[in-house]
Amino acid sequence: MSALSSAISRGFDVEKVREDFPVLRQKIHGKPLVYLDNAATAQKPVAVIDAIRKFHEVDCANIHRGVHELSQRSTAAYEETRVKSKRFLNARSKSEIVFVRGTTEGINLVASSWGRKNVKPGDEIIISALEHHSNIVPWQMLCEEKEAKLRVIPMNDRGELILEEYEKLLGPRTRMLAVGHISNALGTINPARQMIEMAHRAGALTLIDGAQAAPHVKIDVQALDADFYTFSGHKVFGPTGIGILYGKKKLLEAMPPYQGGGDMIRTVTFEKTTYNELPYKFEAGTPNIAGGIGLGAALDYVNKLGLDHITAYEHELLVYGTKVLSEIPGLRIIGTAREKAAVISFVMEGIHPHDIGTVLDQQGIAVRTGHHCAQPVMDWFHIPATTRASFAFYNTVAEIDALVAGLYRVKEVFDA
Amino acid sequence: MIDDLYQETILDHSKRPRNHHPMDDANRRAEGYNPLCGDKLKLYLKMDGDIVQDASFEGAGCAISTASASLMTESLKGKTREEALKLLDKFHELLTTDTPASRDLGKLVVFCGVRDYPARVKCATLAWHTLKSALNNSSDPVTTE
Repeated sequence: MSALSSAISRGFDVEKVREDFPVLRQKIHGKPLVYLDNAATAQKPVAVIDAIRKFHEVDCANIHRGVHELSQRSTAAYEETRVKSKRFLNARSKSEIVFVRGTTEGINLVASSWGRKNVKPGDEIIISALEHHSNIVPWQMLCEEKEAKLRVIPMNDRGELILEEYEKLLGPRTRMLAVGHISNALGTINPARQMIEMAHRAGALTLIDGAQAAPHVKIDVQALDADFYTFSGHKVFGPTGIGILYGKKKLLEAMPPYQGGGDMIRTVTFEKTTYNELPYKFEAGTPNIAGGIGLGAALDYVNKLGLDHITAYEHELLVYGTKVLSEIPGLRIIGTAREKAAVISFVMEGIHPHDIGTVLDQQGIAVRTGHHCAQPVMDWFHIPATTRASFAFYNTVAEIDALVAGLYRVKEVFDA
Repeated sequence: MIDDLYQETILDHSKRPRNHHPMDDANRRAEGYNPLCGDKLKLYLKMDGDIVQDASFEGAGCAISTASASLMTESLKGKTREEALKLLDKFHELLTTDTPASRDLGKLVVFCGVRDYPARVKCATLAWHTLKSALNNSSDPVTTE
């Protein structure tokens, strides 16, 4: 593979990177683990595991409260992640960075806080045919409550959004475009910047679901001009239960709080409560402190590898994987967008994805099978489910070869 | 071993499912749904009083769920409602416990390998959940959740 050796020569040493991930050093059913379910959750490097352990062993205290040493340490470490996230997204200010549980909560926060205040009967919210359930249902709930209308940008056979149709959906009633940066089910990279610009021309706001983008491509919310951008820690090699919502300051300032409780207030009496400043207004209660600190370590780790290197290396995995998987008779790749992240969803003639998943698992290969929380995508392709191999920078060409061998074993078992 | 899960009979019934057709004169119908994988199944029963005279199903799923529906419809014919429900319990026991397989299960013992694959138990039980709903004459689609 000359393309891959070129990535390695540019300083990406995958074997060395793999040493940072303890989970990869194990056998499953007697075979080396081949982890290809990164779009569901990514594995954690030692740096993240150590940061969480250090917090619990040495620094554990609640944040934003105590004057004692431990509280100050934990507050500093947690708040440091806010600064790192600001840099990671290239936000203007750390007050634009809100800690949430994950992408799902980020979307729900905007749909609930911004949506309830600003969406009126007859207004329209635009999403796309590619969305994960988490970027469908919160808007559906909002539309139902407000008697607003949910409009859906259709896609073509490749799994690319049809921008001409999107243009037609935009109008004076459009309040929000909520769209995924990268599709979890198909890997399609949407032209987020162009779509945001089109929405802005129509006077609408935009929310980008960055769950699948954050681990794979460089994000610049200012260059995108996104109004809201949200991603999950666990998909970017950090822990579960922590994520980031970015929002433009003037929008966040005008929004009512999402949940009430401690930390989000300035003063409380039984007559009246005044709210804290940004971003704390949206952060009620003791947060996932260990998770926040772990996320900071994860962002450091990704930055150290360099997203440019990561994107380039993963693209080479995608090109190689697409080629060798396409050569398997009876295998059809679902989602062939021209701009694509390292996700390969596929179906095999006469064999259900669940059966494929079980046989692969017996060979140590972890893939996702099912509808990937994107049932409308499956309906569009008239399939109940797919098998999905999703790659991260620690995956190798040899692992893709193992997947191919595994799929031939599947064909053997089912005589297909 | 993977062959313990996908025994010959299971592969055979998944490729050539028996009783795999709609039934116009069915007097009990039920729908089953496995939200985990999106599999849907329609079950038809023709009851003569208390006895299952005929059974068939529609829907496409994985090898385990298709073979389970196929073998279930075969084994139901001629059974009373009570016998069918008893069989369901024994089948469930086969999939979820280590107790030796009941002789009443007949061919259904080929599913004994499923107990080693907890994620696949729902595939094997979808048809049976649907059967329960059909026998209880419930009109709501059942799910495996």
